Amino acid sequence: MNEKYNVSSSPHIRDRIKSSNIMLLVLIALLPATLFGIWNFRHENAWILVVVTTAAAVLSEFIYEKLMHKPITINDLSAAVTGLLLALNLPPTLPWWMGVLGAVFAIVVVKQLFGGLGQNFMNPALAARCFLLISFTGQMTYFVYDGVTGPTPLAQLKAGEAVNTMDMLFGNIRGTIGETSVIAIMIGAMFLILMGVIDLRIPGSYIVSFVVFIVLFGGHGFDPQYITAHLCGGGLMLGAWFMATDYVTSPITSSGKIVYGICMGLLTGLFRLFGGSAEGVSYAIIISNLLVPLIEKVTLPRPFGFGKGGEK
Amino acid sequence: MNKCTERIFNGLIKENPTFVLMLGMCPTLAVTTSAINGIGMGLSTTAVLIMSNMLISMLRKIIPDSVRMPAFIVVVASFVTIVDFLLEGFVPSLYDSLGLYIPLIVVNCIILGRAESYASKNPVLPSIFDGVGMGLGFTVGLTCIGIVRELIGAGQIFGMDIPPIRIASISLEYEPVAIFVQAPGAFLVLACLVAAQNKVKIRLAKKGKKVPKTSGCADGCASCSSRGICGGHPAGYVPDNKTDDKKEQEEA
Repeated sequence: MNEKYNVSSSPHIRDRIKSSNIMLLVLIALLPATLFGIWNFRHENAWILVVVTTAAAVLSEFIYEKLMHKPITINDLSAAVTGLLLALNLPPTLPWWMGVLGAVFAIVVVKQLFGGLGQNFMNPALAARCFLLISFTGQMTYFVYDGVTGPTPLAQLKAGEAVNTMDMLFGNIRGTIGETSVIAIMIGAMFLILMGVIDLRIPGSYIVSFVVFIVLFGGHGFDPQYITAHLCGGGLMLGAWFMATDYVTSPITSSGKIVYGICMGLLTGLFRLFGGSAEGVSYAIIISNLLVPLIEKVTLPRPFGFGKGGEK
Repeated sequence: MNKCTERIFNGLIKENPTFVLMLGMCPTLAVTTSAINGIGMGLSTTAVLIMSNMLISMLRKIIPDSVRMPAFIVVVASFVTIVDFLLEGFVPSLYDSLGLYIPLIVVNCIILGRAESYASKNPVLPSIFDGVGMGLGFTVGLTCIGIVRELIGAGQIFGMDIPPIRIASISLEYEPVAIFVQAPGAFLVLACLVAAQNKVKIRLAKKGKKVPKTSGCADGCASCSSRGICGGHPAGYVPDNKTDDKKEQEEA
């Protein structure tokens, strides 16, 4: 009886779910895309890059925390998720040591120097991808499929050439290891939605606003083939379902999530249609990550009984 | 240690403008893409700093207090223009790579800071040596950043390529990490160098050795340019937040 009337501060509802559970679910959800990528780029030995990059992320977290005499947190699996996401964002022909460099940058500079899990101001995997993209532009934009070098479908689309949308859906195209197969990514995304790990608001508003932007400014009007090619090409699907929904770097308010998604959709469209390169998902997401504190401030829910601006 | 060598030591180590005072960050981050650019920028600034410190110290009793800022700017701007023309005439390659940042020396806060806090209150000779010390400190800072950025970002040392390492038949060539010669690399390198420098100072302090104080309060608050910020508290003063909070609670 007494316990029922105990007054304590929030949270009042507790659950047994932990960071490591969620991270494990994300890892499982990434499996289809990872396995497909490894099979798709088997001639380029993509599995080596995936294993090395993931291991480097976990190891650099362990070594940093050991050196700084901090509690070891590799068991929460967040470093493994970061490493795997980074690997899926790299072209299969990238030298393995560049993957290691990216993983160390993601974990040590972007995550640990800012205070570890929960404190990083942008998605570590995407920050590392942009770091590598700026540093090694040649290797990061060198795409091979089945031994043939060439532009990605998205670059062909930008150049006005015809692309095979069916191949883009299944993933038999050039691209980074994990981004090519929309079907494999969607299987993982469905799993995450069913398990309640990710919120539909962020990817939903992201994709819808991106489509609206493409229809308005793409120059093709409402052309389903063109829109599908843009949706299936590049890292949009991987970014929208797995990177943009990162808990640490996305808003927690419901309306904030929609604002954040629209922001990413507009930036991606802007970069893809009017930017210098064909792809812009990673930059769009990390720029929107920087806006998250502002978005949360603006969309803070108003408590009952309070007027505008939170005043009584 | 006499006044002149003390000034040089002060500028180089105790109050190094780049790593301790964090002044002149704009040229520090922008032009240090290579070691030679860092040296060029540092020495140009040093030249302007010495000349302007000398002239302002000479004129310190003539310039009225109320118009000292415009007067300082005029003095500094004339010397910067001279340096600008000299560089364009004699080292055009350096002039091209430094570009806009040469005229911007006028608004470099190290120069105005030294004029305001030292040269306008001290005799000519110490002021000249203050300029030498601060300028050399700035040059050393820029050169350190430039060397690291050039080495990592372009694989070169003072414009010379690193020869590839040959082990038997394998030739290992250095792959430059281009981000380090671009804007983000400047911030990364500066942060790492400042952190390394603080680490050394803290280690020295723990061993109980004499550490040069980072605060410039040696001359007393009257001559300090940042007295408005510190409020005249002694060096190392940390405001006691707890008591302030308590007071606020009591007042509420």
